[in-house]
Amino acid sequence: MRSWPSVGQIRWGWFLLATAILLLLPLVTDTHTPTVLLIWALFALSLGMMWGYAGLLSFGHAAYFGLGAYAYAVAVINIGESTVPLILSMLVPAAVAAVVGAMMFYGRISDVYMGVITLLVTLILFKFMSATAGDAYVIGDARLGGFNGMPGFHTLNVPGYPEISLFGLPTYYVCAAVLLICYLICRWILARSFGRVLVGIRENEARCELMGYNVPAFKTAIFTVCAAMAGLAGCLFANWAEIVTPRVFSLGQAAEVLIWVIAGGLGTLIGPILGAIALGYVKLLLGEQTVIDNSLVLGAVLIIVVLGIPRGVVPALQSVWAAAERRARGRTGSGQGARRTLGASNRERT
Amino acid sequence: MDYAGVVTLEILYMIAFLALTSAGLAIVFGMMRVINLAHGEFVMLGGYTTIACYNNGINIYFAMLLVAPVVVGLVGLIVERSIIRFLYGRMIDTMLATWGLSLLLIGLVTLIFGNTAVSVPAPITGYQLGEYQMGGYNLFIILVTVALLIAMWAALRFTRAGLIARGAMQGADVVASLGYDPRKVYMYTFSAGAALSGLAGGVLAPLTGLLPSSGGAYIAKAFITVITGGAAVISGTLSSAVILGTVNQLVSFAAHPVIGEIAMLVLAIILLRLMPTGITGRFFRDGT
Repeated sequence: MRSWPSVGQIRWGWFLLATAILLLLPLVTDTHTPTVLLIWALFALSLGMMWGYAGLLSFGHAAYFGLGAYAYAVAVINIGESTVPLILSMLVPAAVAAVVGAMMFYGRISDVYMGVITLLVTLILFKFMSATAGDAYVIGDARLGGFNGMPGFHTLNVPGYPEISLFGLPTYYVCAAVLLICYLICRWILARSFGRVLVGIRENEARCELMGYNVPAFKTAIFTVCAAMAGLAGCLFANWAEIVTPRVFSLGQAAEVLIWVIAGGLGTLIGPILGAIALGYVKLLLGEQTVIDNSLVLGAVLIIVVLGIPRGVVPALQSVWAAAERRARGRTGSGQGARRTLGASNRERT
Repeated sequence: MDYAGVVTLEILYMIAFLALTSAGLAIVFGMMRVINLAHGEFVMLGGYTTIACYNNGINIYFAMLLVAPVVVGLVGLIVERSIIRFLYGRMIDTMLATWGLSLLLIGLVTLIFGNTAVSVPAPITGYQLGEYQMGGYNLFIILVTVALLIAMWAALRFTRAGLIARGAMQGADVVASLGYDPRKVYMYTFSAGAALSGLAGGVLAPLTGLLPSSGGAYIAKAFITVITGGAAVISGTLSSAVILGTVNQLVSFAAHPVIGEIAMLVLAIILLRLMPTGITGRFFRDGT
C-alpha cells in the first residue's frame, strides 16, 4: 500500500494498542459507559469520514442514526430474531440516504443548501415520529409510540439462536469489534481509488469532473455508505438504551455529533472517534449534576473550535508534534513531519 | 362561510408568523450571506425579556415593542463583535459557530431561568366569528407584521442608511470606495436583524409559552422561509411566507397540524431543489 499524504495510512502499532486497550478495559471498569462511548464514536466516525474526506457536511446526520435505531426496533419486534433487523438497520438508512443524496448531488446543490436539506430531513423525521402515538401508527406488531418511543424489544442475539441474547459485557465487545472493523473499512476505502477520488472532489470538484469522474455518483455513494454506518451505530444505541425515542432525531443530537467531529479533527479518522469519546464522557458527567447544562458546554466548545482551532484538536496536536519532531531530528526528519502536516491541513473552506 | 373565514384568518396568521419570525434572519442573510443558526435563540431571548419586564410591572406593549428589540439588538451587537466578524465569507463556519452560540444561549437561559415553561397572558381577548371562537391576539400579530414590513421597506427605500445598506448588499467594495466602511454596515445590520428577532419574540411571547429550548420551534420555519425566499429581503420573505404558510395551513385543516408542518418542510426541500438560489434569485432581481 503506497502512502498518500492526504489520505493517511493505518499505523498498525497504534491499531493493535487500541485493540488491546479495548480488550482489557472491562478488567478495570464497568462496561456500561464505555459501550455507549464506543457507539457514539462509531456515529462520529461515519460523519467524520464523509465530512473530513469527501467534504460533504450533513447537518442532519442524526437522521440516519435514528433511522437505524427505529429500523432495528420495528424489525426485531416483528421478527424476533436479530440478524435480519441488524442488516435492515443498515439498509434502511442507506436507502433513504441514496434517495436524498441523489436528489441533492445530481441537482448540483451547493454545500450550504446541502446543510439545509439534510437538516430539514432530520426535522421531518423528528416531527413525524413524535406524532406517531396511538393505534393508527403500527408497523406489523410494532407500535411507534409517538414521543414516548418504543421500549421493550429484544436486544441482539447470537445469529441463529434467538434465545441467547447479548447483554452487558458481550454487547461491549460487539461494539468494540464493530468500531474497529468500521475503522478498517474506512481506511480501506480511503486507500482505494474510490477514496482518492473523494479527496480529489473535496479539493477541486470541477477538476475531478473534467477528468471524467462522475462526481454526483461518488458523492451519493459515500453518503450512502456513511449513512449505513450511522444506522449501525443507531442500532447498537437502541440495544444499549433498550428504548428508541424520537429524541434520536432531535436538533440536539444532530448538533452533538457535528461538534464531536469538528472538535476531534477534520480530515482524520481518529479525531472524530476521540472527540466523541471525550465529549461524550463530559456529557455523561454533566448529566449527573444540574448546575451546568450540557448544551452550554457543547456550544462553548463549538464556538471556540471554529474560531480558534478550525482544524480540530487532533490535527493541531499532530502539527505541533511534527514541528517538535522536525526540531529534534534536524533537517533529515523534516520529510515525515511535513507530510503529516499536509495530511492534517486539508480542510475544505467555503 | 364562517369556516372559510376561519381558514382565511389562520392562513393570514401563519403567513404573518413566518414573515415576522424570519424578518431578522432575512435581513442578515440578504446583506451578508450569513445564516445565523442562533436566530431562534434571539427570538427566545426577546420573549424572555418581555416576560421578565411584564413580571416587573412594565406595560406589556412597551416591553414587547421597545424593550425586547433593544435588549436583543445589544446582544446581537456583542455577538457580531465577538464571533461573527471573524467569520465573514466563511459561510459553513459561520453556521457552525452560530449553532454553537445557539446551544450556548440555551444553556445560559436554562442556568438563569431554569428549565420550566413561563408564560404571559395575551393582552387582547378573543372574539366570536359565527360559531367559532377566535384569538384576538392573532389579529394584532398580523397588524404588527404588516406595519413592520412596510416600515422595513420604507427604511430601505427612503432613508440614507437604507440606501447604504442596499448598496452594501449589491457591492460591498463599491460602498467601501465611496467612504462607508462595510464592516460598520455589517455590524449595524446584524444588530438590527437581532433587534427584529427580539421584536418577533416579544410579540409572540403571549401566544406561546416559553422554554429555554423554544428557539428550535422558530429556527426551522424561519430558516426555510429565508432560504426559499432567496436573497431579496422583503419580496423574498413575503413570497416564500405566502407559499409556505398557505400550504401549511391548508394541509393542517385538511389532515392534521403535524402533517401540515411536514408538508411545508417537504415543499421547502422541493423548492430548494428546483430553485437553489431561492424564489427571488429566480424571479426578482432588484434587491429589496
